[in-house]
Amino acid sequence: MNAVSCTGVRHSFGRTVAVDDLDLEVAPGEVFGLLGPNGAGKTTTIRMITTLLPAPPGAIRVFGTDVAREKLAVRRLVGYVPQQLSADATLTGRENVALFARLFDVPRAARAEQVGSVLDAVGLLEVADRQAATYSGGMIRRLELAQALVSTPRLLVLDEPTIGLDPIARAGVWERIGQVRADTGMTVLVTTHHMAEAEQNCDRIALMHRGRITAIGSPAELRAEVGEHASLEDVFRARTGGDLTEDTSKGIRDVRATRRTARRLG
Amino acid sequence: MSAPPAAPPAAWGDRVLPRLFVSRVATMCLVELQKLRHDRSELVTRAIQPALWLLVFGETFTRLRVIPTGSLPYLDYLAPGILAQSALFVSIFYGIQIIWERDAGVLSKLLVTPTPRAALVAGKAFAAGVRAVLQALVVLVLSALLGVGLTANPLRLLTVLLVVVVGSAFFCCLSITIAGLVLTRERLMGIGQAITMPLFFASNALYPVQLMPGWLQVINHVNPLSYEVDALRGLLIGTPATLPLDLAVLVGAAALGVGVAAALLPRLAR
Ligand SMILES: Nc1ncnc2c1ncn2[C@@H]1O[C@H](COP(=O)(O)OP(=O)(O)O)[C@@H](O)[C@H]1O
Ligand SMILES: [Mg+2]
Repeated sequence: MNAVSCTGVRHSFGRTVAVDDLDLEVAPGEVFGLLGPNGAGKTTTIRMITTLLPAPPGAIRVFGTDVAREKLAVRRLVGYVPQQLSADATLTGRENVALFARLFDVPRAARAEQVGSVLDAVGLLEVADRQAATYSGGMIRRLELAQALVSTPRLLVLDEPTIGLDPIARAGVWERIGQVRADTGMTVLVTTHHMAEAEQNCDRIALMHRGRITAIGSPAELRAEVGEHASLEDVFRARTGGDLTEDTSKGIRDVRATRRTARRLG
Repeated sequence: MSAPPAAPPAAWGDRVLPRLFVSRVATMCLVELQKLRHDRSELVTRAIQPALWLLVFGETFTRLRVIPTGSLPYLDYLAPGILAQSALFVSIFYGIQIIWERDAGVLSKLLVTPTPRAALVAGKAFAAGVRAVLQALVVLVLSALLGVGLTANPLRLLTVLLVVVVGSAFFCCLSITIAGLVLTRERLMGIGQAITMPLFFASNALYPVQLMPGWLQVINHVNPLSYEVDALRGLLIGTPATLPLDLAVLVGAAALGVGVAAALLPRLAR
């Protein structure tokens, strides 16, 4: 059974077709990367898989469970980190994670230990009782990872987990993701527009452009199709005629959202 | 973290719906208390306005005796109204928090937990109630200090808190509903400010219904705040009140509010 399967998935915002006839299969235990430029439709795809946007019955399944028909059951399987940095700045790190432990019905007897153990796993145990307002961007991201992991999900969904972070913080986040994966064998679905990150950290990659998937394979397979010494950038260009750094979105939404987050965490 | 892939233990997921509902509401209330613990200044700043109403408006009109409240000092008549007012202010702007959470991505994460939309809204509504109750306690203490003849009956005082929670839950849902319709913080602020004063003045918070012009009496009758004030005044001061009707209206309004706000919540998730 696939961890995620999408067949013929579409979504439009008004006249903007964000996701267009998308087919996708993520195998259990793999780290799967959705790679594409801004506006490619990665976030929209993720939001459909996580029940945030409506999907037609039968189109999307998570471990065999239909996203349209059994939303609560799907949500129990998923740990989700959205694109924006989003922790509650007024709460402490520990309170932020405990909230999600409660919302996922982690039994009271196991709760404190579970919360402590995921905070430890992301390297935040020492600062767990400080308000999240005092955390750096990289620490917030790791806190969010802890929030997503506290329910021991079978599928971890990360939307641009390293966006807006400096290179050291980015490496820190990937290191934690790799560690969790090595420890638990959890399936990871991750989006990024960083070629190098996808290449280093993903088992398989789907290239996404203007709502469509143009190629799927391991980084080596994708490169081999274009030529021995091709980079993933070359593959992307050859496959889509587009560029990973282009921006096909309207762009306004993300800027606004990032600004709000900054103010909130400020 | 060394356990294998792991479906969560089956027992974690087997909660039946009513229990799930109660558990979620309790969780949101707990988080509200945690937030309040980290920022207590808000309780103080929000106490200034009711204090001014009681001190300036209340004391003055008690001396002037222009509002006929029978043998009851006007300050005593006013205190439950101000209590309801400060609870209203807390909850009517609670929708702002939802918009904030949406803009910051927190709402998305909450919506991807196994929490029915209605339970999430009810959780927020009762969390607003928790905040309002703390505010109400401040007003109660202020009133007692000013010599208002409040009841000392613990059962009545508990019922007062219950009325405040249910009333605030309704106004919080109203706020979330408006948030779901207008989707921006600025517009919600504007509408919140535009409706708070009419809600307040078209109620029995400041003066007896009999003094109102006919059209205002009609509005008063469909204004949940009036039922809240009626109940609070009856419980605290002992004026004649229709407590069962008041409670029924408030509970009904809150339930309806949860339903409507929950239906609009997906708009905030888009
Ligand atoms: N809520 C929305 N309303 C209108 N258009 C949207 C909305 N969200 C995304 N879009 C549009 O859909 C397209 C895909 O966006 P998105 O899924 O966010 O791409 P990505 O995550 O790959 O950057 C873009 O053109 C974007 O402008
Ligand atoms: Mg995106």
